[in-house]
Amino acid sequence: MAQPTVAAPDLAARFPEMVTPDTRKGYSGYIVKAEALLDFAKALKEEFGYDYLSSVTGVDYLPQGLMEVVYHAYKITGGPPLVFKVQVPRDNPVVPSVTSIWPGANFQEREAWDLLGIRFEGHPNLKRILLWEGFWGHPLRKDWREPYYEGEHKPFKSRTAGPHFWHEDHNPFGKNVDYPPGFDPYTWEPETADQILYESVIQRTRKPEQEELHSEQVVVNLGPQHPSTHGVFRMIATLDGETVVALEPVMGYLHRNHEKIGERNTWIMNIPYTDRLDYITAMSNNFGYVLAVEKLMGLEPPERAQYLRVIMAELTRIVNHLWAIGFLLNDLGAFFTPALYAIEERELILDVFEAASGSRMMNNYMRFGGVVRDIPEDAWDMLVKLVHDRLPRKIDELDRFLTHNELIKSRTQGVGVLTPEQAIALSTSGPVLRASGVPYDVRRAEPYGIYDRFDFDVAVRYHGDVYDRYLIRLDEARQSLRILQQAVRDIPERGAPILAGKPQYQVRVPAGEAYGRVEGPKGELGFYVVSTGKANPWRYHVRAPSFINLTALEAMSIGNKVADLVVILGSIDIVLGEVDR
Amino acid sequence: MKRPSRDELQKPGYEIPDELKGSVVVTTLNRLYNWGRRNSVWPMMFGLACCAIEMIATAASRYDLARFGMEVMRPSPRQSDVMIVSGTVTKRMAPLIVRLYNQMPMPKYVIAMGACASGGGPFKEGYNVVSGVDKLIPVDVYIPGCPPTPEALLFGLMKLQQKIERQSFKEVYTKPDYIPEPVLGPDLMDPRDYPKIREYTQKKLQELQQQAAQAAQG
Ligand code: SF4
Repeated sequence: MAQPTVAAPDLAARFPEMVTPDTRKGYSGYIVKAEALLDFAKALKEEFGYDYLSSVTGVDYLPQGLMEVVYHAYKITGGPPLVFKVQVPRDNPVVPSVTSIWPGANFQEREAWDLLGIRFEGHPNLKRILLWEGFWGHPLRKDWREPYYEGEHKPFKSRTAGPHFWHEDHNPFGKNVDYPPGFDPYTWEPETADQILYESVIQRTRKPEQEELHSEQVVVNLGPQHPSTHGVFRMIATLDGETVVALEPVMGYLHRNHEKIGERNTWIMNIPYTDRLDYITAMSNNFGYVLAVEKLMGLEPPERAQYLRVIMAELTRIVNHLWAIGFLLNDLGAFFTPALYAIEERELILDVFEAASGSRMMNNYMRFGGVVRDIPEDAWDMLVKLVHDRLPRKIDELDRFLTHNELIKSRTQGVGVLTPEQAIALSTSGPVLRASGVPYDVRRAEPYGIYDRFDFDVAVRYHGDVYDRYLIRLDEARQSLRILQQAVRDIPERGAPILAGKPQYQVRVPAGEAYGRVEGPKGELGFYVVSTGKANPWRYHVRAPSFINLTALEAMSIGNKVADLVVILGSIDIVLGEVDR
Repeated sequence: MKRPSRDELQKPGYEIPDELKGSVVVTTLNRLYNWGRRNSVWPMMFGLACCAIEMIATAASRYDLARFGMEVMRPSPRQSDVMIVSGTVTKRMAPLIVRLYNQMPMPKYVIAMGACASGGGPFKEGYNVVSGVDKLIPVDVYIPGCPPTPEALLFGLMKLQQKIERQSFKEVYTKPDYIPEPVLGPDLMDPRDYPKIREYTQKKLQELQQQAAQAAQG
């Protein structure tokens, strides 16, 4: 099943010779000539209303000698994505940057440069983002090999047939390292990367009048080991007095090479890896990935599995929002007590997950065409009680404790404001977008699974400050409960099939591309997969909501006090496993 | 977990008159000292990846680290006794982990929590992943699991307590060698490996040149 594309505006006719429909088998959308990209993008945004650029990524087509950049754009009013691509020669891939039209492309273009070596002309700050300056090569290129390279794809011979060995024994250094020929470590200057970073931040914000006044801006570094960065995240803030004038997020401290490993893995091996993307919301990550691959395979899961998926995904949303609220309070200085309340409920939900999947956090629960196990009967009873009684009560309790608290209000209202225009332009999604007054929810905009059957409201708040980003999480948790109550009522009887076809270790995935997206708790979680019909994905890309929401961090922070930075970051609710992948 | 009682200290077996049992304890200095140390191991507040979430869950009410005197998570390495490496160690993070370790005061302990910290875990073959934190710093306790359940973490911490109990306080303050911070070059470089790295890269260059020369001839 190919992606539904917009048939309406005939873009190929509008840009003769520059834009052609993508006619490869299993592909859809348009191929745009690099020189026409900016005109095309402008027209898309201004004439056709595609004001939201969701995903930008690259694909290395080594056999064809092409490097392809893939864009997915939407209308913020809903509907399916419009896919368009730019193809450039692989040995000198240069593409104009679309950041002037959709500023939200900023980080994603940097990522494509970092991992694939595609240069984006006109990008304001084209530096590496996940790896460090000076890293050798662009690792997602198909001819780039990691130091522990064993084969193009799994299953590796040494793991199945043997002889078994340790990679360490095969590496001259006994470690996971490799160096370019002729490199001399003694001439390497380690400090430069950080210095360049600091200098560039200062340069960017220096004003001429400061020279006269002899006043200086201060650069403050927060992280990566910082108790409130929710993991290993780093911010470089430039301050004028106490006010933030510029901010640069630095990430990659948890870059675990998800995509490179994912392209070596077989299709099904990737499911447990998706658990470890955003490790608080494993279930909905599974959902996004299986959805993308099911699109390629043309599979439709049976009824009961559909309901189980929705139940698990919505429970995950509640877990995530409780966790986010608890830790937002942590960042505000209410150390750990509110988080304890949140974690208490989380534990109960994790019990249900554990009963169904065998693991508390890393559930590995969904499969192509269904789910792997049914939920045991006693866990089901627990779940029904949770959904009807305990969780509504507890969410009300949190609401009662926190919402009208003077301290919380004064520290969060009017702090870290993001206007709706900015939120759309910067490609934010999920609670961040909706707290800014844009009611965009993938569950409604392009319903997947069986979400079109449920009665729920898209939560929306209008101030776009930290307080609203807190409130919207409560609202969403309540809506999730509504969905859960309906799902628990309507689910087909136990014993109905939960998997289409037989369980398989090796699936056949027809050649083509697919983009599956779900409304994850953090925002729109998308998986872009390309299959060549082999046992492994040719390209496996994750559109990570926390990563892209961080694009808006600077816009939110400027003009606020440095003490609020931590709170603003907390209100975006990032998880580093997903930011850095 | 048994509460540390007076009986536990009362090991050398001196007869104490019954009327004094409530107020007198005869023990060795070592035992007394380790008894205190082992029941107040302060971890560093420092999470790397998924395992950190389970570490937080362990500190929360259901599992309650406070029973072990370990709930005092310190955000500064200077105040902490144990570093729980909870998650994947990436090359980019490696210099910082070594720096944090160097900043901890003696006696210091390291727990490798989870498959990633123990040996690279599911991400072992990744180009940015250090296959196990013991490639960088010495580790006292390894906890398997992906992620280890809170129960497993507690078990690991109890193992650490046992280890502390067996140590002699005369020895635990000896300063270990300072570990040089790795450097981020084209790949992670340990300064102690520099001669080896140069030898390796020169050899590689020569091979390349030879190949080129052969190609030119043939
Ligand atoms: S061991 Fe598993 S859970 Fe722990 S950090 Fe590694 S991948 Fe995450």
